[in-house]
Amino acid sequence: MTPRIKHLSLFSIMMMLLIMVGLIQSWNVALTILNLCLISAIMTLGVNIQWGYAGLFNAGVMGFTALGGLAAILVSVPPVPEAWQAGGSRTILGLCFGGISIGIAVVTWLKTANWGKKRYWLTGAVVAAGYAVMRVTVDPGIAAIEAVEPAKTGFLGGFGLPILFSWLVGGAFAAGAAWVVGKIALGLRSDYLAIATLGISEIIIYFLKNEDWLTRGVKNVNGLARPVPYEIDLQSAVWVQTWAERLGIPVIEASSIVVKLSYAALFLSVLLVVFWLSETALKSPWGRMMRAIRDNEIAASAMGKDITWRHLQVFVLGSAVIGIAGAMLTTLDGQFTPASYQPLRFTFLIWVMVIVGGSGNNLGSVIGGFVIWFFWIEAEPIGLALMDLITAGMDTDSALRHHLMENAAHMRLMTMGLVLLLALRFAPQGLIPEGKR
Amino acid sequence: MTDFLNVLALLSNFAIVPGLAYGSQLALGALGVTLVYGVLRFSNFAHGETMSFGAMATILVTWALQARGISLGPLPTALLALPVGIAITIGLCLVTDRLVYRYYRQEKTQPVTYLIVSVGLMFLLGGLIRFIIGPNDQVFNDGTRFILKAGTFKAMTGLDQGLAIKTSQSITVVTAVIIVCVLFWFLNKTRAGKSMRAYSDNEDLALLSGINPERVVMVTWIITGALACIAGTLYGLDKSYKPFTFLQLLLPIFASAIVGGIGNPFGAIAGGFVIAFSELFVTFAYKKVLAYLLPSGFAPDGLVQLLSTDYKFAVSFMILVIVLLIKPTGLFSGRTL
Amino acid sequence: MSFLIGKEMSAGYGGSDILHTCTIGVEQGEIAVVVGPNGAGKSTAMKAVFGMLPLRKGSVLMGDKDITHLKPQERVRYGMGFVPQNNNVFTSLTVQENLEMGAFIRRDDFSDTLTQVFDLFPVLKEKRSQAAGELSGGQRQQVAVGRALMTQPQVLMLDEPTAGVSPIVMDELFDRIIEIARSGIAILMVEQNAKQALSIADKGYVLVQGSNRYTDTGSALLANPNVRKAFLGG
Repeated sequence: MTPRIKHLSLFSIMMMLLIMVGLIQSWNVALTILNLCLISAIMTLGVNIQWGYAGLFNAGVMGFTALGGLAAILVSVPPVPEAWQAGGSRTILGLCFGGISIGIAVVTWLKTANWGKKRYWLTGAVVAAGYAVMRVTVDPGIAAIEAVEPAKTGFLGGFGLPILFSWLVGGAFAAGAAWVVGKIALGLRSDYLAIATLGISEIIIYFLKNEDWLTRGVKNVNGLARPVPYEIDLQSAVWVQTWAERLGIPVIEASSIVVKLSYAALFLSVLLVVFWLSETALKSPWGRMMRAIRDNEIAASAMGKDITWRHLQVFVLGSAVIGIAGAMLTTLDGQFTPASYQPLRFTFLIWVMVIVGGSGNNLGSVIGGFVIWFFWIEAEPIGLALMDLITAGMDTDSALRHHLMENAAHMRLMTMGLVLLLALRFAPQGLIPEGKR
Repeated sequence: MTDFLNVLALLSNFAIVPGLAYGSQLALGALGVTLVYGVLRFSNFAHGETMSFGAMATILVTWALQARGISLGPLPTALLALPVGIAITIGLCLVTDRLVYRYYRQEKTQPVTYLIVSVGLMFLLGGLIRFIIGPNDQVFNDGTRFILKAGTFKAMTGLDQGLAIKTSQSITVVTAVIIVCVLFWFLNKTRAGKSMRAYSDNEDLALLSGINPERVVMVTWIITGALACIAGTLYGLDKSYKPFTFLQLLLPIFASAIVGGIGNPFGAIAGGFVIAFSELFVTFAYKKVLAYLLPSGFAPDGLVQLLSTDYKFAVSFMILVIVLLIKPTGLFSGRTL
Repeated sequence: MSFLIGKEMSAGYGGSDILHTCTIGVEQGEIAVVVGPNGAGKSTAMKAVFGMLPLRKGSVLMGDKDITHLKPQERVRYGMGFVPQNNNVFTSLTVQENLEMGAFIRRDDFSDTLTQVFDLFPVLKEKRSQAAGELSGGQRQQVAVGRALMTQPQVLMLDEPTAGVSPIVMDELFDRIIEIARSGIAILMVEQNAKQALSIADKGYVLVQGSNRYTDTGSALLANPNVRKAFLGG
């Protein structure tokens, strides 16, 4: 079987699975799965850029995804003038103070290289003073903002721009965070990047949950503007009505299918662009060099390549792709819920996708994203049915049966862990191996 | 003077005593991470879940004991169940090593693969734990709650501020001290302990000296399992047991190990206390302290908190970042046990 | 027939051989020295004799027994001691712990051997509770040799024991090595400092490109004008 046929058959099987879901469950479910498959594939491409191209382990995919989500609300939500009036300028000013003091601290640190112990104290003092000034300025501002109709707004809002624009901004946010983390942790032991990304992603989530003035925190931001039409409008459109009639489905369902298809078209185009860019990059001299570094750091370093700098590039690029996908996800959801960011769903699952798909291979990443997301969603009904089957012989009110049924949901976690371990052990190449180029 | 004593009581009650307990828990956790790093040369992401698993095992045994009406009087029954929990956790570590890690050791895989494998194991264990005991809070601390009650302290000293010491806090500190002493005795005085240090220091030379690496690895997992179970149980006794928290504990534990110099057991202990105290002092509300120390009328309105309590994990991250920037090898640099 | 002999060994890394039917051996109580230019395969020959490199051809015999297929660890149990050139001490362990680790395979009481090593290297006794990493280069080499002696080997193999130490320390180390040989141990060593090493050697091997070029007693090699000219700098 030539690789081309193998790839084609893998993707056809995937499509057939989705069509089966459409026929058995409903087309709405199938399209929901498809849309998330597309977003997962983009995230997987981002991780693959870091892991497959350069061997960098990013344990904080969740954080970069959430930054994309933040971008979605900051770009699309209309500004809240009352909140801006109440404490906007004060808060912004305070944040500027914060930024300036970080700058001063960095300059102090750099300029005092030969001051010995005094260097630490001086920089520490600058940081402390800057932090104090920032807090004194910001705190009343934040309190004022959060007091503005907390049940409805209580935050600054965004810029009221089209939400599509946020996909780029999300990428930029994630890239910025990645630059800072990479600057700190790259060039040290590989474990440190993993630990640092794990840490930063937790902190980003805490930040989004607690900084109500910016994100409304756990009160969530609902009703984000859409890049595609609303169902209500479609239902009154003539073409949708005739189309629904011809297919013999209710207009409400038809409208929602149209919405999902439009999302799918948007996501697919982003996926294609990202895929094309990654493939081009991989085949370029830059990509060849990255893989050379991955396979033999010592030799590459001896050839005068600045490995840390190259790793930083790759890490920032990959994170940007993850950030774009994060913004897309929030766009699709139409709401921003910081509490929904779970490391399992947003870090671990993506890793399973990359490993199962085939690290280093972009096509593998895409198929990995599709397959794993599909089974992640479908595992729940399958798992429940399985548990039902296993416990069928037991008494209906048996405590064990009750316990097993209740905790069947956690089987998913276990299964995914097992899938990752088995894939790493028995098929480390993945569905579509990297291969020789 | 009374003001000063009040401040001291206040700080002790809300920062120093909890910090000693939390620091001990972190230190025990970080010791496990650092031992695995020293011998097997990878950062074990599954360590948090191993702690959780150990605590769960202890809880299940505790329940069984309680159901039979067995208790330790004023002390928590969990202490009686702990040895069984330790045995189960050691079993888990040995089984995972046999089924998972040994293959990669024989293949001489890169450290980063171990990292991913341990992440996979982390989620597998997390799922297993939730499957067995459920995702909810479990309180299993019976026995006397306090050694010293705030009211008693106030009556004893006549201060306004109370100082309470929980039984679980003192048990944590005492156990940690005993465990650390035993561990250091083992590492420095016994043949097996010395061979572990030798292997961690120089693998090739250890082989030349006839040290059996599989045996060293086995001993390492046994100690790691015991440490993880004890750390997890103590944390659960002190706060409460919830599977979710152990994922969040991973960051402070790694930070402790790295601050002290990963691979260095002494550093892990120091790191644990550095992280614990920084966390508590940075998120401490200084309002009352200032009220005592400043002349009346100058007392602040706000809480005077450097960072809100929600960000306590950010503290370990900050410290981690500072260490990575200034001295990546840690305070007590060393790759070796 | 020597007590320990690597006979007509061919071996190398990857595809090509570095050693070509190379033979080195040593008698009990004697010192054999392997010298030669850089890249002559001296260290490779040592590794081959110790089993750290599989032989493609040839054999290793010790006391007339074929040990070609034993792993290095098994050779240690069989009575061979090896001091690698680099990383030959446990830096974070104390001197005494280093020696104890050397005796790891011994289950009997090794305090006599410890006393012997301390008698041989008095400075180690002085610094017994100091971490080996804190010692000077020469003292480290003493720890390394002492560690290898703890198994009471019949053969001691040294890979450039004097690399990076001062001439005075080198003389001192050579004195100790002679002393060890006098106690009946066979010593096989590789040396950069060819002249000094050959002067204490009972037997010398000059290797060039993985083959034996000259083999003779140490003093004969020192006297050989061709050897002097080509390898000893006149």
